Amino acid sequence: MQDMLWIFISAMLINNFVLSYFLGLCPFFGVSNRLSTSLRLGVAVTLVMIVTSICASLLNTFVLPYAPYLQLISFIIVIASTVQFAEMIIKRFSPALFRALGIFLPLITTNCAILGLALFQTNRDYGFLQGLTFAVGAGAGFTLAIVLMASLRQEMRLSNIPSIVQGTAISMILAGLLSLAFMGFAGMFSAL
Amino acid sequence: MSRHESRLLVESGPFLRRELTTPGLMNEVTLALAPVILAAVWFFGIGALLIVIASVAGAVGTEWLFAPSRPRGASLRDGSAVLTGILLALTLPPAVPLWMAFVGGAVGVGLGKTVFGGLGQNLFNPALVGRAFLQAAFPTAMTTWSEPTGAGGLLSIRASNLALPLMSGTVDAVSTATPLGAMKFEHAETPISLLLRGDTAGSLGETSAIIIIVCGLVLALRGTFDWRIPLAMLLSVAVLAAVPWWIKPEAFPSPWFMLTSGGLLFGAVYMATDPVTSPTAPLGAWVFGLGIGLIVVLIRLWGGLAEGVMYAILLMNSAAPLIEQATQPRGFGRGRWAG
Repeated sequence: MQDMLWIFISAMLINNFVLSYFLGLCPFFGVSNRLSTSLRLGVAVTLVMIVTSICASLLNTFVLPYAPYLQLISFIIVIASTVQFAEMIIKRFSPALFRALGIFLPLITTNCAILGLALFQTNRDYGFLQGLTFAVGAGAGFTLAIVLMASLRQEMRLSNIPSIVQGTAISMILAGLLSLAFMGFAGMFSAL
Repeated sequence: MSRHESRLLVESGPFLRRELTTPGLMNEVTLALAPVILAAVWFFGIGALLIVIASVAGAVGTEWLFAPSRPRGASLRDGSAVLTGILLALTLPPAVPLWMAFVGGAVGVGLGKTVFGGLGQNLFNPALVGRAFLQAAFPTAMTTWSEPTGAGGLLSIRASNLALPLMSGTVDAVSTATPLGAMKFEHAETPISLLLRGDTAGSLGETSAIIIIVCGLVLALRGTFDWRIPLAMLLSVAVLAAVPWWIKPEAFPSPWFMLTSGGLLFGAVYMATDPVTSPTAPLGAWVFGLGIGLIVVLIRLWGGLAEGVMYAILLMNSAAPLIEQATQPRGFGRGRWAG
């Protein structure tokens, strides 16, 4: 149980996928200009992560021991089909969100955070439940990071940012400062 | 205008005003920092004053060069750059090389404030941005603490203070552990009287609890900052630290040790209360302070670092816009999330 808690907190805060590993940066910068959209993208990424993690554990147990060379290919196929599935669901139930997410929804497929999740999970020999916890924690961490980023960017909308750093530049600086703040979690709970 | 016409004055509200201006506010805080600077000089020698000067020079120089105000340097008049420089210097270890203090001041104002559009638009506390940058860039120099020299060494300057930029030899020969470091790694609790007086190793401005408490009370009574933030911070640290200590007193530090050691008081009084980077609604101020206290306790008791006040404040700075939105008083019938 303590093990699970550690996996969750570690994936969410200490080794946050976006702010410590710098994975999944394109949606982090691309969809973080509105709070509501970013929250929903976070949820979508979390769902894809959970499904990916389940599929990856199944693959790790039943397929990959016999054909280890299939690892990357099978993970990518799993992720691509999951994203297709998520896309269909979102298109059916929330066309507005579908339009707001735009290209970034299919781009979850090539989001390195998802593939990173599957590979980390495999390298660390996580079992089914551990993998699931890891995916929920990583998804929560991604959502936390992108929601914080979106709220900060909304706050900046009325500031007179100097023209030289407007747009992506200030977002990069902001992400850097956010990452600097997350350094405080380094090494937490390592004694447990 | 004839004479009897002017007897009837027609004015619109507000009628009661407090004569409070930005430079006035900044000067008030700067003035309240004077005793802390004096204490730093008393405990760590005249080198402390040099660090303050270097850091202020970095901050003011950057503001003058890069702030988008016209004419150049007009924004210096609000006094915020000087304040940022002093605040940063007081969070540095006494043996830090002067050039690092200068760089910290420059980065704090440059990356923490001017790129966001200047005073009032920064999202993170500029002094803490400078310090977090230094901590990430020069971890050894930023975690080498030296013993206070006391009154005897008033004129002493540490050799490492004068180290040349980017050269080796920045580490003080005699280093020691801060009370928090000693607690975390050797399990030795520094006596409370020493912590109150400030005769311990630590950052320049943070050691003397009693001086910071007095200055903080004066500022709070004068209404310079929102008293809810420091109160919420200290309360949450006290309560959250009391629980594990009550269960297992031999393994965890006592709440009063947690309150008086490290940068907690300094951060609560001077850093967290920055009106730009903290929520304005009363409920938001409580949430903000409680959040900082929670993260401080987490980092101090279970984190990899001995002290976490800086990171706690920066993290809650990043959450401040969200808190502000969620705790904004709303008109009847309006939606939950403003905007």
